[in-house]
Amino acid sequence: MQESTRPVDDIGLVEPKTKHFSETLALASGSELHGFDIVYETYGELNKECSNAILICHALSGNHHAAGYHSTQDKKSGWWNNVIGPNKAIDTNRFFVVSPNNIGGCSGSTGPLTIDPVTNSPYGPDFPLVTVKDWVKTQAMLADKLGIDVWSVIIGGSLGGMQCLEWSISYPHRVKHAFIIAAAAKLSTQNIAFNEVARQAIRTDQNFNGGHYYESNSKPELGLMLARMLGHITYLSDDALDEKFGRDLRDGEIKFGYEAEFQIESYLRYQAKTFVERFDANSYLLLTKVLDYFDPAGDTRGSLSKAMAPATAKFLIISFSSDWRFSPECSQEMVSALLDANKRVSYIEIQSAQGHDSFLMPIPRYHQVLKTALDRIAKELGLS
Amino acid sequence: MILRTDQALIAEWIRPNSRVLDLGCGDGTLMAHLQKNRHVNGYGLEINEENIVQCIHKGVDVIQTDLDKGLSEFKKESFDYVIMTQTLQAIYYPDKLLKEMTRVGREAIVTFPNMGHWKNRLQLALTGRMPKSKTLPYEWYNTPNIHLFTLSDFERLCDKINIKISDRSTVDKEHHSSIGMRLLPNLLGEIAIYRFQKKY
Repeated sequence: MQESTRPVDDIGLVEPKTKHFSETLALASGSELHGFDIVYETYGELNKECSNAILICHALSGNHHAAGYHSTQDKKSGWWNNVIGPNKAIDTNRFFVVSPNNIGGCSGSTGPLTIDPVTNSPYGPDFPLVTVKDWVKTQAMLADKLGIDVWSVIIGGSLGGMQCLEWSISYPHRVKHAFIIAAAAKLSTQNIAFNEVARQAIRTDQNFNGGHYYESNSKPELGLMLARMLGHITYLSDDALDEKFGRDLRDGEIKFGYEAEFQIESYLRYQAKTFVERFDANSYLLLTKVLDYFDPAGDTRGSLSKAMAPATAKFLIISFSSDWRFSPECSQEMVSALLDANKRVSYIEIQSAQGHDSFLMPIPRYHQVLKTALDRIAKELGLS
Repeated sequence: MILRTDQALIAEWIRPNSRVLDLGCGDGTLMAHLQKNRHVNGYGLEINEENIVQCIHKGVDVIQTDLDKGLSEFKKESFDYVIMTQTLQAIYYPDKLLKEMTRVGREAIVTFPNMGHWKNRLQLALTGRMPKSKTLPYEWYNTPNIHLFTLSDFERLCDKINIKISDRSTVDKEHHSSIGMRLLPNLLGEIAIYRFQKKY
């Protein structure tokens, strides 16, 4: 994309930054990480009072690159470019936005691809399993380094929403507002089942080699492709797929073979192939586990309302009508718990056809809700 | 923010610093007023997306809710007041919701358009067609007001489902009250306002 053709409400070129943490990180699993890096991006300016900071928590396959472009040649912007930017819902003229990449991923922060200082080779499958709580801890350490004591808002969709929820419990006084979008307080049994199929696809790939595949030239690509194809189907709705592809054929006729014949087949294969180029299988395995383990009510004998007791944030919970992976019922469960715990909360179910992926889509009502809520917060904070 | 007269009357009945649940809160005007002037806290329940956005804009905590599904999210007596302005007539099971209101709130307040007002009676008697008015502007086939009733109907139902009425007021369409309305509320009152609670 040429600099001159970029819309004025785009953030423009952005550059990832890295913070190194030399301390040993004690993880929920009992394992330790001896030093780690967090890669992150920031958009907008932190004001003098440090009161205008927003934290963006990314979902499973997301990363720190939430908005703008890395170079003028970039065809694709950051994953939430339709929400973050000057005069957009998350207005970078008023707010200072921080978007970190979580550890365990494969986009720059310490993860399975990183060289383990002890063995001098990549962690690979030996990278310790982490939890949402661990992530939130590292995000808090990053906030300390950036001089941010309190986030005006923490926003996240899907797995990112789980991080918002955890923040409000783990660091209640550091979160003023939590926007939890298309998320759940725990995965449903069906969701864990989908994750298990994805993991089996990767782990039974003949190139997987117990996760030690960096040394050889062949990665478990087929397994990761299958995992992604399965995931992708569950992130969309039946209606959305039907509208986009129907039963359309690539070549206009049935050829009685196993090559991709229907448009949906070639779409899935293409999406999976692009995904495999940018994503590491060990990270994917680990991230599905992070999802499975999340259950803050587990610490309070199953009572989410008791788990939410420490929270002081004001909550905005958003769900999407066609999302069957993180259904409106999952959001309503959080709302009930927050009502039960006497917390301040608003809830809206947005009508949409695009399934779980709706949270990434420019749905006018959805963006209006985000913008209205953030305008209100900006007004309360006295941000011009 | 301009309150309707029935809302203004309700606002006078609400004790400062109390906890309020507003059923069918619309654009949040009443809750915003109560938060600002009576320092109440609580939530509005609303089904319409545009209204929910307006509530968020006003800083009113709002939960998207279908009132026909009841108030099971809320614990017994978890609010000082459960209020509902001009919504009861659009509810599938008014009797069930009234009982729910007195379960969740120590006190409940409703306002509704009075079908027994003399103009409605006269329209039906003279034209033989369903009455239309400023407060009931719809045709019979497209009205959201599926349960039209009178003050007498309401009071009989309350008696039947063990609800004790503690206050009653009526206003006209200009939202004035008069001596006549106090004497013959079911004939002269256009909008009824009731305060009630569970009978113990």
